[in-house]
Amino acid sequence: MIFMDGYLYYPGCTLKTKASDYEESAMAIMEALGKPLVEMDNWYCCGAVQSLTTDDLIHQIAPIRTMCCAQEQGEKVLVTLCDMCYNVLKQANQRMKDQPDDLDTMNDFLDEDPDYLGEVEVYHLFEILRDMKKEISKKVVKPLNNLKITPYYGCMLLRPTGIAIDDTEDPKIMEELLGQIGVDVIDNPKRTECCGSYHTVNRSDIVEKRVEDLVARAVEDGADAIALSCPLCQFNLDYHQRTTDYEIPIFYLTELIALAFGLEVGMKKHWVDPKKMLKEKNILK
Amino acid sequence: MPEEKEKKMIDIYVMGRRYKVPEGLTIMTALEYAGYKYVRGCGCRGGFCGACSTVYRNKEDYKLKMDLACQTAVEDGMFLVQLPFVPSVRTMYEVDEVNPEKDDNILLEHYPEIARCVSCNTCTKACPQDIEVMDYVQASLRGDIDRAASLSFDCIQCGLCSIRCPADIKHYHLAQEARRLKGKYIDTLSKQLKERVKELDDYVYDEKFKELVKMTKEEIKKVYDKREFQKGE
Repeated sequence: MIFMDGYLYYPGCTLKTKASDYEESAMAIMEALGKPLVEMDNWYCCGAVQSLTTDDLIHQIAPIRTMCCAQEQGEKVLVTLCDMCYNVLKQANQRMKDQPDDLDTMNDFLDEDPDYLGEVEVYHLFEILRDMKKEISKKVVKPLNNLKITPYYGCMLLRPTGIAIDDTEDPKIMEELLGQIGVDVIDNPKRTECCGSYHTVNRSDIVEKRVEDLVARAVEDGADAIALSCPLCQFNLDYHQRTTDYEIPIFYLTELIALAFGLEVGMKKHWVDPKKMLKEKNILK
Repeated sequence: MPEEKEKKMIDIYVMGRRYKVPEGLTIMTALEYAGYKYVRGCGCRGGFCGACSTVYRNKEDYKLKMDLACQTAVEDGMFLVQLPFVPSVRTMYEVDEVNPEKDDNILLEHYPEIARCVSCNTCTKACPQDIEVMDYVQASLRGDIDRAASLSFDCIQCGLCSIRCPADIKHYHLAQEARRLKGKYIDTLSKQLKERVKELDDYVYDEKFKELVKMTKEEIKKVYDKREFQKGE
């Protein structure tokens, strides 16, 4: 590995636009932990949704081109933040490892580039953070003790099982990370339910029902806010709260870790302003 | 005087019909040699205007190739046709009214079909300018106007990328908007440019221009050689 002191990082398009808060906070905490995320020299849109058609190799080209870019940079580990990107990259990459015929077809098509050897591994940032718990607790300067946070996983980190970052039915990774920064973790029985996903484009009524249901439970259980990682879940839970009676902040988990590290980063593109609640709780001045 | 070697003749097929033309001609001159006269599909003849897009296949090669007719030599057994025009639509916008600072992704808004890119790279393979076309589409998709503009700088708007794209993207119009936005909002305004425009507004060079117009070609050459600006560039 070239980056002994960091990780090769795949951002994805949303992290560069709507979800820049997530990128900013993740970069800041990894920098603080001494393992900075280094953006790839070149990368391609993952495709956003894993293709479900049978003859779908054309839809695997974009994620595999990104694997080629990582290979070209001499890296075997590729870290991503966005849950959609993680899911698509990981599934496409896994398929190349499991199905050599597909890899051959792919390499035949990508005849302008060197063959992809199938040796890159895709990780979600949370998997990296899970192995850095000690380092995280050492960096905490402002434990978020009086903050009640409930984690929300959504679908893309946990399904299908083959690429899940944790137990599909009973994940703990976010609870553990929240525990490291002193948060009062509120159990969330709905944490692996769907947010409504891309229905937000043309059937927002479906998403509104999902959001009402998810946020109501969080509030009833006493949560001040929800922590998550997927930019689409973040958008849905945050933006569509306007149709509900609730108004709680939807944080990227990395924004909370950054706060505990004493860093005020991200928190700019939220619809429900998280700073208002943080000020009421005396976490921000 | 050495006897001029007779040029080898090769076969090319223009719209399916066979012609014998001398080896070494460009596609453009070979077509004229064969008796065709350009009404469209021909411009500067120097590889800059992008008017002479050609589509061809070589003998025993399954791939469709694209190039500029004025920049590509004919080969034996080449099957080809000139494209007189590339049909494409452009999104209209006021460059003063858009705001890349406030708007996450203007390019995606103006050309939403870029989200259909599956990274097949067919556009890049079609480009006679060797531009990383797919890479600038991808940069546009993530709102990176600066990168899209820089990567597409050599584009001559021939349109071959957009003819080949399975996602129906209008690459060259997209790239042109990226370059305009970069010029307007990202690049810093040149101080000299402002000064020069003011000089022109004040008619500072009018007398000099009148003198130039009266000069002979030889005199102009002398003045040019003595110039103080852009020396050795």
